[in-house]
Amino acid sequence: MSQTQFLFSGFGGQGILFAGKFLAYKGLMEERQVSWLPSYGPEMRGGTASCGVILSDEPVGSPIVTRPDVLVAMNLPSLDKYEDAVAPGGIIFADSTLIERKVTRTDVTTYYIPATKMAGENGIPTLANMIIVGKLLAVLDEYKEEGIAATLGKVISARKADMLDANRKALQLGADFE
Amino acid sequence: MADKVLMKGNEAIAEAAICAGCRHYFGYPITPQTEIAAYMAKKMPKIGGCFLQAESEVAAINMVYGVAATGKRVMTSSSSPGISLKAEGLSYMAGADLPALIVNVQRGGPGLGGIQPSQSDYFQATRGGGHGDYRMLVLAPASVQEMASLTVKGFDLADKYRMTAMILADGTMGQMMEPVSLDFPEAEKVEKPWATTGTDMAREHNIVNSLFLQPDELERVNFERYERYAYIEANETMYEEYLMEDAEICVAAFGIASRVAKNAINEARKQGIKVGMIRPITLWPFPVAPFAAAADKVKSFISVELSMGQMIEDIKLATSCKKPVTLCNRAGGIIPSPEQVLEAIQKAAKNGGAE
Repeated sequence: MSQTQFLFSGFGGQGILFAGKFLAYKGLMEERQVSWLPSYGPEMRGGTASCGVILSDEPVGSPIVTRPDVLVAMNLPSLDKYEDAVAPGGIIFADSTLIERKVTRTDVTTYYIPATKMAGENGIPTLANMIIVGKLLAVLDEYKEEGIAATLGKVISARKADMLDANRKALQLGADFE
Repeated sequence: MADKVLMKGNEAIAEAAICAGCRHYFGYPITPQTEIAAYMAKKMPKIGGCFLQAESEVAAINMVYGVAATGKRVMTSSSSPGISLKAEGLSYMAGADLPALIVNVQRGGPGLGGIQPSQSDYFQATRGGGHGDYRMLVLAPASVQEMASLTVKGFDLADKYRMTAMILADGTMGQMMEPVSLDFPEAEKVEKPWATTGTDMAREHNIVNSLFLQPDELERVNFERYERYAYIEANETMYEEYLMEDAEICVAAFGIASRVAKNAINEARKQGIKVGMIRPITLWPFPVAPFAAAADKVKSFISVELSMGQMIEDIKLATSCKKPVTLCNRAGGIIPSPEQVLEAIQKAAKNGGAE
């Protein structure tokens, strides 16, 4: 049975929940079983935000991600908090603009992406989250134009249709980042 | 699967209620169920419905009483402390035999407690919540799909039996997103000749009231109500059995606890432990029959709960204490981990389960 657990974390306003929602919707459109569970509560206002996403070929049991296969850390407190939780052999994506230290685990693969810096330089300052998602999809070999366009159409409301191209650009920037 | 959408459990409840024909929502915000009110605030005005944020929970439940008396589908939603405030109204609605849907997205208690998920309102829900002899239908969803489908079912049952139905969820079920299909079967049309819709000078007045000052009359309505409850107990229980055919240990869990328990059961099965689960979907009426049957087969029961142990009492009653029942729990807003449940299963296996 194939199941992947993702944990997205950072601070409120970075689009952590949106990044997770994008991935969950992509799974839904590929007819996989999915769950998305956010942290909720007072800590969301200016503090840390996180959400767990599970993509599975079988019905999802517990939706609570305690041992992620993939961790996206978009600030230092998130990496500090969740680095040890990552499953051995897992993957960490870190926003190296905001996280200056290196990952200390040796049994995981880490990708450092200066996503916040890239987003600012490319005129899409609010989309560092999607730059990392682009890289994540490329690494997992799940970056497919068709699925991405369809998923963006689902998660971005018609009211914000002008954000479609910006999101596509962010995902591409991330996917192309070496 | 193209017709499935990704929704939060709270939103799924709200959309399903609208699909079920509910056009009246009265509530007051409280974490972790506020998305229900927010969704209704957005949608109701567009479809000619009524969304009203009341000045308090007490006001909201009495508005529900009023609309229910007219025979229209109506609901309210809250979380634990807010449900306590509504308990008086729930008792009055029971006394007046009024149907409505009540949603409790539970958080830790007692008192103001916390805002993280909990199942510690089991007693309150299954024993009615307010004063007097009465019951509520209590439905416990374990997925976002069930948040939707049990909402529709709840309205149907409430109308059919003229009583309140409660969706007993928790913060996790309310906040999580899963794929959900909003394709529901056509609701059964229930005639409500008792509703106060205006006589048009063509019939006697309908009176909706919970005051019966003559003891013999009050006793009669209580006895009649309990005949209805007995019928419901015999006909409306819902549950799911998971790997129970050869089980020697029976886990009992509802809602989010059943999701966690399923992970632990799958792991225990890999270790050769014969364990299964009964997941009550109706908490009242409690699925007595499958537990009674299991008591003749299994060696022990484990009740997995996000409380100090409340459903465990119903399991002991249902099984007449024939086999040991142990508790595996966390409280205060914490969810047991699959590892904790697995340990409880392993311990039960060692103490005379599978060896």
